[in-house]
Amino acid sequence: MELAFFIYFAGVIAATSVLVVATRNPIYSAIALLIMFFHVAGLYVTLHAEFLAAVQIIVYAGAILVLYLFVVMLLNLRQDDRYHRQWPIAAAVGVTLVVEALILTVMKGWTTPVVAAGTETTVGGTSNAGAIGDVLYSTYLFPFEVASLILLVAMIGAIMLAKKDIGGDEPKINIQHSEPQ
Amino acid sequence: MVNVQCSMRGRYCGRFIQHSSSSIEQYSISMTYEFIPLLPLASFLILGLFGHWIKDNAHLVAVPAVLVSWLLSLLVFFDVAGGHQTSFPLYTWLTSGTLDIHIGFSIDRLTAVMLLLVTTVSSLVHIYTIGYMRGDPGYARFFSYIALFTFSMLMLVMADNLLQLFIFWEAVGLCSYLLIGHWYEKPAACAAATKAFVVNRVGDFGFLLGLLLVWYSFGSLDYQEIFPRAHESASDLINVLGPFGGTWDVSVLTLICILLFTGAVGKSAQVPLHVWLPDAMEGPTPISALIHAATMVTAGVFLVARLAPLYNLSPTAMTVVAITGGITMVVGATIALTQTDIKRVVAYSTVSQLGYMVMACGLGAYASGMYHLLTHGAFKALLFLGCGSVIIALHHEQDMRRMGGLKDKLPVTYWTFVIGSLALAGFPLTSGFFSKDDLLISAWSAGPLGQCLTVLGLVTALMTAFYSFRLVFVVFWGPAHVDPHRADHVHEPSKTMTIPLMILALLSIATGYLGIPEFLGPMFETGAGGAAHEGGAAIGIMAVATAMGLLGIAGAYYVYVLNPALPDRFARQWQSLYRASLNKWYVDEAYDRTIVRPTFFAATELWKRVDVNVVDGAVNGVARAIAWGGWLLRLMQSGQAQHYALGMALGVVVLVTMYLFL
Amino acid sequence: MIPLSYYLILSGIVFLTGVVGVLLRRNIIIILLSVELMLNATNINFVAFSQYFHDVAGQVFVFFALTVAAAEVAVGLAIIIALYRAKSTINIDELQLLKW
Repeated sequence: MELAFFIYFAGVIAATSVLVVATRNPIYSAIALLIMFFHVAGLYVTLHAEFLAAVQIIVYAGAILVLYLFVVMLLNLRQDDRYHRQWPIAAAVGVTLVVEALILTVMKGWTTPVVAAGTETTVGGTSNAGAIGDVLYSTYLFPFEVASLILLVAMIGAIMLAKKDIGGDEPKINIQHSEPQ
Repeated sequence: MVNVQCSMRGRYCGRFIQHSSSSIEQYSISMTYEFIPLLPLASFLILGLFGHWIKDNAHLVAVPAVLVSWLLSLLVFFDVAGGHQTSFPLYTWLTSGTLDIHIGFSIDRLTAVMLLLVTTVSSLVHIYTIGYMRGDPGYARFFSYIALFTFSMLMLVMADNLLQLFIFWEAVGLCSYLLIGHWYEKPAACAAATKAFVVNRVGDFGFLLGLLLVWYSFGSLDYQEIFPRAHESASDLINVLGPFGGTWDVSVLTLICILLFTGAVGKSAQVPLHVWLPDAMEGPTPISALIHAATMVTAGVFLVARLAPLYNLSPTAMTVVAITGGITMVVGATIALTQTDIKRVVAYSTVSQLGYMVMACGLGAYASGMYHLLTHGAFKALLFLGCGSVIIALHHEQDMRRMGGLKDKLPVTYWTFVIGSLALAGFPLTSGFFSKDDLLISAWSAGPLGQCLTVLGLVTALMTAFYSFRLVFVVFWGPAHVDPHRADHVHEPSKTMTIPLMILALLSIATGYLGIPEFLGPMFETGAGGAAHEGGAAIGIMAVATAMGLLGIAGAYYVYVLNPALPDRFARQWQSLYRASLNKWYVDEAYDRTIVRPTFFAATELWKRVDVNVVDGAVNGVARAIAWGGWLLRLMQSGQAQHYALGMALGVVVLVTMYLFL
Repeated sequence: MIPLSYYLILSGIVFLTGVVGVLLRRNIIIILLSVELMLNATNINFVAFSQYFHDVAGQVFVFFALTVAAAEVAVGLAIIIALYRAKSTINIDELQLLKW
């Protein structure tokens, strides 16, 4: 039963990820990515990480992808898009890495996990959210604060970079408009 | 008669010296030794650094310094005469293993007379320079250089080890270069300065080899350590052809003496390294007097005399020295017979007289050689300064054929010049007479070689008298061939130039009576001097020498005053001999052909082939290779982000492969 | 239990797809989407390990990776907009001002 769920989720993830890369239309790529996000969330649920699944949907599917779609639609892109000239080498590299990854996983015998003593994902009674919260606000408090700072900086940076001159306002950063080549 | 003369002179003066020194005995003069060279050094530094601001007042710094130095040398002389000899190190420069290099002083009788000679002539030349170089743009520079020279020469004679001697040997060579090239805008002066330095260097190469051999044999370069141990090494042999796989055993001491003598050959202008001295006349006349008559060129003779204990143990080396001196003596005189530049005549005369001195030292008569050195210093400096006076009076005219009839216009110069020439010719009662006689008598008693060389010396004395009075008669007597424009301005130069002339004229006579050979005699115990000054041979030689001198003067009078047309007739009759003598026996041309041109050729080839192509090619090639590599690597900067990403991905592939398979 | 290696293979596939996408596509937005793919692949990896080692630290790291991914997307898209305003193209081939 578990295996069936896993195969479904894994298959869709793999297929949609290929679709993301292969389709010409950026909107189709974004939609494929959306489907992938949902199925990754499903995978998390099978791995007993419900909180993360929820966060994944909220943040990735709900925020990041929406942002992508906004930008794609804003820029009103054309559809002519060919693969880069270096595609033979890139394909070769990709295949090589796949093979090596397979060799690594199969030959190094990582089929059975080593059970280590650590905190449970769900300690008797507490939910996954609780378990994460426990650790997040104690051991990993500093990275948590730093993460909030990162978000602040990103917000300010994004605003400054994408700001447009609105008549009368002097922009703080001058974006050089050079001739298109 | 000779006996009485010598001993009377000696006793009288000896008593005088001893009487004075006893009153100075209480005064400790160990401190004054350092001041003697330090004052000229200070003069050099001050004038060298501040000459630009001192300019025409440079003599106010230089002359007092050297005069005080002279006074101190006088004190030292009396101290040494009273029997106080010393030798002490002053400053240790470095010690390495058994090698101990230090600056030190060795004050004995030889040093004392040399100190007096150097400071006296230097003081007089300093005073003379005030008048001679007046108005010259390099006035202060000239004084600074002669002060440096005086310092170096004083340190050289006071040295107590061979290395210090060598260092200041080179220093005087450097000063000679700087001074000959004083008027550096003249290409001839620069060429002459370079020639002097290079030819000296050739001799110094031999000197350095000798120095190394001394250190190798004795483990030390100090006189105090070499001389006592010389006896033990007298029979040591060294295989000269060892590195080349052959055998030729030579006595170590002989090799050392000959090598050190090559330095003296260069410095004292002996044949075959005499070629620089006549060219050195391009420099101002005061330095010709100071360096090339009285002091620097005598450093070679001083060296041989100083190392007398070594030379006495090596008869072969002494023979080499004597023969070299003899050849030089004759060659110098033969060339001086035909020269027309007044300074060149005196220069070749110097070469010839130096030959006398070296010959005397080679025959074991060190005291006689030094005696002639001292008297020669006085009268040769006088002759040079006199030439300078004539040159200045005629506005830098140096050709004899454009002079004449100057004896009434330049009386002081004329009479001092005549006194100097008489001393040079060995006229009785002048110092030259006593010293030349002493030298020839000592030479006669030195065996068959000595007798042979004495005969040559007597013949040379004839030539010496002839050319020196040729100079006097052509320049001062006879019809005036002076350029009419200048003839009106001919007048006696200033007091600063004439007073040194008069002092030197006095010394040219007086130095014969100071009892120098008796003073120096005890230093060279095995010198062939003492016993020979009595007896028939001595009187005979003295008579012959005097006769030669008078004959030479008479001959010059006959040829140049009574029959002025005679010289040209002789020149045409013996044309090849005349030409050869006029062209200095073509030695310079021979050197040019065999040494100078091949060296230039080799240097040019090395420059064009090796330096430009190989060395520059290698250096530029490295630069070009790097530039090429950079050009190649530059292609990686395509500006396309995906190329870079591909690079990263390839790197990951490589790393994973390495992890998997290695 | 699903063997860990299955998850690893899955994440490997997704990751390599992302890599290939970065190397091949010319549209900058698609390249950024491929980067998101790579990030997701690593997240899957972390969560799988977290489950199998029973250590919640893996999930905490996913939390942070998510945060950083969001920040990165925001700034990246802002840059693309600014670039588009400057050069009117989002074809990455034409952005080669740093060529030698």
